[in-house]
Amino acid sequence: MAEYKVQFEVFEGPLDLLLYLIKKEEVDIYEVNLTKLATQFIEYIDLMRAFDLDVAGEFLVMASTLMYIKSRELLPVEQQVVVEAEDEGEDPRWELIRQLVEYKKFKDAAAKLQTLEERQENVFPRLPGKIEFENTEAPALKPEVGIFDLLNAVNSVLKRFQEKTSGTREIYDDKWTVSEKIQYVLKIITARGSVKFSELFASAANRAEVICTFLALLELIRLKQLACVQPEPFAEIEIAHAAQSISSSETSAPEVNPQTETENQQ
Amino acid sequence: MELKFILEPLLFSAQKPMTAKELRDVLASAATAEDADDATKPFKKVKDDDVTAALEELAREHEIAARSFRLVCVAGAWQFVTQPEFAPWLKALVGVKNRPSRLSQAALETLAIIAYRQPVTRAEVEQVRGVNIDGTMQTILERGLVVQSGRAEVVGRPALYSTTALFLEYFGLRGLEDLPAADELRRIPIERPPAPVTVDAGLATAPPEQLQLNAKVKLPEEKTSALPSSSPAAN
Repeated sequence: MAEYKVQFEVFEGPLDLLLYLIKKEEVDIYEVNLTKLATQFIEYIDLMRAFDLDVAGEFLVMASTLMYIKSRELLPVEQQVVVEAEDEGEDPRWELIRQLVEYKKFKDAAAKLQTLEERQENVFPRLPGKIEFENTEAPALKPEVGIFDLLNAVNSVLKRFQEKTSGTREIYDDKWTVSEKIQYVLKIITARGSVKFSELFASAANRAEVICTFLALLELIRLKQLACVQPEPFAEIEIAHAAQSISSSETSAPEVNPQTETENQQ
Repeated sequence: MELKFILEPLLFSAQKPMTAKELRDVLASAATAEDADDATKPFKKVKDDDVTAALEELAREHEIAARSFRLVCVAGAWQFVTQPEFAPWLKALVGVKNRPSRLSQAALETLAIIAYRQPVTRAEVEQVRGVNIDGTMQTILERGLVVQSGRAEVVGRPALYSTTALFLEYFGLRGLEDLPAADELRRIPIERPPAPVTVDAGLATAPPEQLQLNAKVKLPEEKTSALPSSSPAAN
């Protein structure tokens, strides 16, 4: 049973089966003996019916058409149904041949499409990469340090103090001023060239001092005195003189926003 | 400078296939730039047709040169593509192309009918194929190869279907006129012969001189062109 099913799935429909039968007979469509074809077709239908009724439905319509043609042939010519004026052109044989020829043509066209489909699988388009113009475009940027990166960094510093001060709380005077801290930050950076973000807050005693130092840092960045860089993604932020970072960077213009300033450290 | 020589490097460097209109726009913007070179000026107002003609000539030159790549037009856009015989090496270089699985025979037949007859209703396609095509239509609609393009102004206003640009791209066709034997198949002019089919004893078909269907010949164009009633409408 399974053997037959595989065989029938080859046919895309009753017309396909008819074309197959005609081809097997090795005759042209116009030469085919439709009476013989009808017999062969119905033999196939008999084999098919048991397995796949859904498919057989379409095949049965064709079988009935063929039976009609066959029965018509049994009558003498003069007794055959005369083509009435109103249904002119309804000769069932011609109708079937026409349908077969039409279907055959589209089947051939489908075969050509299949050839094109296979060909197209092996055709590769030219996909040029985007052309980079090094002298007009910015060099490959280091990860930019934005305000949110700085806030994240200062937040993690502040967490340290949150843990320390849980429980009892002390209230301090505002011992630190932003201007003092500006001097402090500048002094460290002038002395050491650059400093890691966390090192800047290493000596801070509490939240207020951290915030003061941070505000000083922001102020210096705003004044384009300092620049923040991140040597690689997720690395710790480093702070350096804006002028220094520019001199070590090859192409950055001095006007570049310090927050987006980059530095070539490699 | 000849237009075709300007178009060649443009297509060589283009990030995507370019239509004649897009290329014309490039020529125009090169000529209208502030520091436009004098050489660009003659091509400021070049016509689409001239661009297309130059591209066609260029494509012919590449074909005659028989190099390993060609200039082709797919769905109206021009691009350089490799010749299929070099696929084994290209697959090693860039990997197998990311393409959906090949279409079934049923899908190809349905697509062929829609492509040549569009816009066409589902019933018309079913009539040609002699089978129900619900499942097949679903597949090719989902794959974006055909779309519903309107409704037929007949009873029930059935949906009409047409092929898409993706269809052209999938098969590497320039346009619908590029379909194999397009003129023959578009509106198949198979009509009943003027005289009724005569009965030939024992042969339940029309005599050869009335049908002249050389079915043994595989090419469909030869069959249709042999049909007497088809020749006037074949063009």
